[in-house]
Amino acid sequence: MKVLFGVFLLTLLVITAVAIVRTKNLFVAVMLLGIFSLLIAANFFILDAADVALTEAAVGAGISTVLFLGALALTSEHERTATPHRLLSFAVVTVASLVVLYATFDKPTFGDPNAPVHQHVAPWYLEKTPEYIDIPNVVTAVLGSFRGYDTLGEVFVVFTAGIGVLFLLSARRGPSGRRQTAEPPGAAVGLRHDVIPRVVGRLLVPFILLFGLYVQFHGEYGPGGGFQAGALIAAAFILYALIEGEEQTLRALPQSALNALMVGGALLYGVVGLAGVFLGSNFLDYSVLASNPVSGQQMGIILIEAGVGMTVTGVLLSIFHAFAARDRA
Amino acid sequence: MALLLDIVSWVLLAAGGAFVLVGGIGALRMPNLYTRMHAASVTDTMGAVLVIAGVMVQAGLTLATIKLAAILLFLLITSPTSSYALASAAMLAGIKPDAGSAADLEDSP
Repeated sequence: MKVLFGVFLLTLLVITAVAIVRTKNLFVAVMLLGIFSLLIAANFFILDAADVALTEAAVGAGISTVLFLGALALTSEHERTATPHRLLSFAVVTVASLVVLYATFDKPTFGDPNAPVHQHVAPWYLEKTPEYIDIPNVVTAVLGSFRGYDTLGEVFVVFTAGIGVLFLLSARRGPSGRRQTAEPPGAAVGLRHDVIPRVVGRLLVPFILLFGLYVQFHGEYGPGGGFQAGALIAAAFILYALIEGEEQTLRALPQSALNALMVGGALLYGVVGLAGVFLGSNFLDYSVLASNPVSGQQMGIILIEAGVGMTVTGVLLSIFHAFAARDRA
Repeated sequence: MALLLDIVSWVLLAAGGAFVLVGGIGALRMPNLYTRMHAASVTDTMGAVLVIAGVMVQAGLTLATIKLAAILLFLLITSPTSSYALASAAMLAGIKPDAGSAADLEDSP
């Protein structure tokens, strides 16, 4: 039954991918990309990868769709058709797909218990997590502690992406007069004239924030963690920006606070790592943070997850505001 | 008793599935944006309510049922709002609610 459902979702995924490639309308492509992310999130979920599914649904289907739409507002809605070298691209695609198909012959079959992924380090993680860290969610233990270096790298990738977008988009500010959208002036300040979305949106924002905090601090016990929570909290503020307008949101959480979140989160992660060094152990070894190694590990994971959440929130909201400010200028 | 609950839940699930199917056919076949939205809203209301009710009967009196009730409440609040926002955006974009005219089919996204 699970396999049948998985194959069904993968078939829909292929259809969506072909539709994304075929469409010339970029708005349709963005919407289809959101559907693609939701489908793959459902697929992750039936493969029991709840953490990855939550990330994909929050970031892939939610935030990136919003950011794509923000980017789309700055450009035209239709794809410019380049003159394609059809024969050449066909040859490249054929060769590449044959190579990929050939590579799949060496892969273990679906659900094979002897697959390398189940034999390599995974049994060690599953066995040692209760002893070393003592939290129910092994994914968080692996992500935060055992593979802390990788997560540190991811946080800095997000941070670098954030400052990159800020450099690119806030380079030229001011009235340039290239606003070609024919909206009435009132539409620029959110949905102020629409009572129903405004009331419902204001009702939902605190619940989304609360859920974001729950996902942030429940990551040790259930699916969740800093990345998902950051995306959810950013989504709450984006919803607030849609109903109350940009200005109001920037008054509630100014750009300086966002910069502080971005830098502070990455710094918090690094400082927790360095604290391990100064207390006489290795970088990102949290065992020495408390008198008891297990509670030290738990404290370290909570701190670095908070850092991840702060950076992700700051970066996503900064990117959103950068696009929106560009649109307004 | 278990059999009865199973029957009730399957009837609810099947009815929900039927409403989703009808909504999908309507969204494909209706002539313009507003009638299509009208058809698609069936999936949000009857479809979602019946499917979630069916799953709730399966789950019994557990925490899962309370979570499903919360999801249902969330859907019942948000989906009419998003339908409203979509229709309002379409009105602002200048699409006329002209039942039967196929003219706005081409430019409706």
